[in-house]
Amino acid sequence: MSALQAFLHMGGYAPYVWTSYGLAAVLLIFNIVLPRRAEQAALRRLARREALGESHDTAS
Amino acid sequence: MTPRRKRMWIIALCVLGVGIAVALILTAFNQNLMYFYSPSEVARGEAPGNRAFRLGGMVVKGSVERGDAKDLTVRFKVTDFAQERAIAYRGILPDLFREGQGIVAIGQLDAQGVFVASEVLAKHDEKYMPPEVAQALKDGQASKAAQP
Amino acid sequence: MNFAFLHKYASLMHFYRLSHTLTPWLAAATLALFAWGLVGGLLLAPTDYQQGDSFRIMYVHVPAAWMSMFVYVTMAVAGGVALIWKLKLAEIVSRACAPLGASFTFLALVTGSIWGKPMWGTWWVWDARLTSELILLFLYLGVIALHGALDDRRAGARAGAVLALIGVVNIPIIHFSVEWWSTLHQGATVSKFSKPSIHIDMLIPLLVMISAFQCYFAWSLLVRVRSEILDYDRNASWVRELGRAQEAGR
Repeated sequence: MSALQAFLHMGGYAPYVWTSYGLAAVLLIFNIVLPRRAEQAALRRLARREALGESHDTAS
Repeated sequence: MTPRRKRMWIIALCVLGVGIAVALILTAFNQNLMYFYSPSEVARGEAPGNRAFRLGGMVVKGSVERGDAKDLTVRFKVTDFAQERAIAYRGILPDLFREGQGIVAIGQLDAQGVFVASEVLAKHDEKYMPPEVAQALKDGQASKAAQP
Repeated sequence: MNFAFLHKYASLMHFYRLSHTLTPWLAAATLALFAWGLVGGLLLAPTDYQQGDSFRIMYVHVPAAWMSMFVYVTMAVAGGVALIWKLKLAEIVSRACAPLGASFTFLALVTGSIWGKPMWGTWWVWDARLTSELILLFLYLGVIALHGALDDRRAGARAGAVLALIGVVNIPIIHFSVEWWSTLHQGATVSKFSKPSIHIDMLIPLLVMISAFQCYFAWSLLVRVRSEILDYDRNASWVRELGRAQEAGR
């Protein structure tokens, strides 16, 4: 078994180890990408509002 | 007192109140929160006699007997270093099962006081080390035990 | 008590700008720490004498569990500040902590379950450690529900803060569960008062990964907070200026 294969094999525990790390990666990436998109969407909304000259939003 | 200070006191007292309430509830339910009974507790009769419960302890060295080809039952003893209890189990044992390993068994006592288990789980300790260090520790202990 | 010097940073505008200054550095530090921690944990750390390579799940499970508690306390403290001082920034921070903390708790529970199957022989047990961590997830979900349930987002934040403060008692329960009751989950490997029962070559990547998760939390919290600030302060002149700049930039 090559060194790379041995590494991926994780002593027979490959599905357990890689699923755990994979889930962690998904959650961590998700929690950065989603808020960044939200900020960009908010800025786009603000730009549109300025372009239309509206100012009647009720502040919460 | 300013409104802000009053809010502070209310919150502090509420958190304290909830804390005390939970502490009292947990104290009342203490026995139920124990995940398993020890062999000493079973010897003292503290474990339920007529329903399943969990027995936890360390597998006594040299006590593991696997049945012959027809009888798939494994017999072994667990200890909490004060009392021992015999366990009989038919089924697959976890990977980590071996002598000197901690286990938790689910089952009932039979008429002879043997704990007949329907499930055996391994309970490992919080120690992490490479195999060579573990071996060195074992050898160190063996040579210490061999000293007069 | 005069916290006047802090008032500048409680200003949403200043915090927004501060977050944009800090996040590139936090992102770089997070990625560097993860690189170091992953190489250390997956490659350099030796195999465990009893758990083999499955113990490497520890390098995501333990940081996730630690963060699930750390973020909850942050959320509760920010919530307390919001309730007592009615600070908008505290409300926003408390709101932002909830989905992050829930993610960490979910990750801790699932990676723990995945690790438990080969090692203990089961996916789940109702012992005190696992049950109290599951309760933590429910608390987070309850706080998130309260945040969204009320039309007025400020009232929602304060309602969530009340639940967060009530639930704070769960944190010491989770931590001490393995000492107070007999559990299947093992006791603490690293504690403040005694020598860690883990080999140093295995410990260092763990500490690095915990730092990586902490840095990541700071980074993702700031990103989440600043997008909420834009909504909270949407009629403020500085936000409208941002909108104009964004519009001009198109």
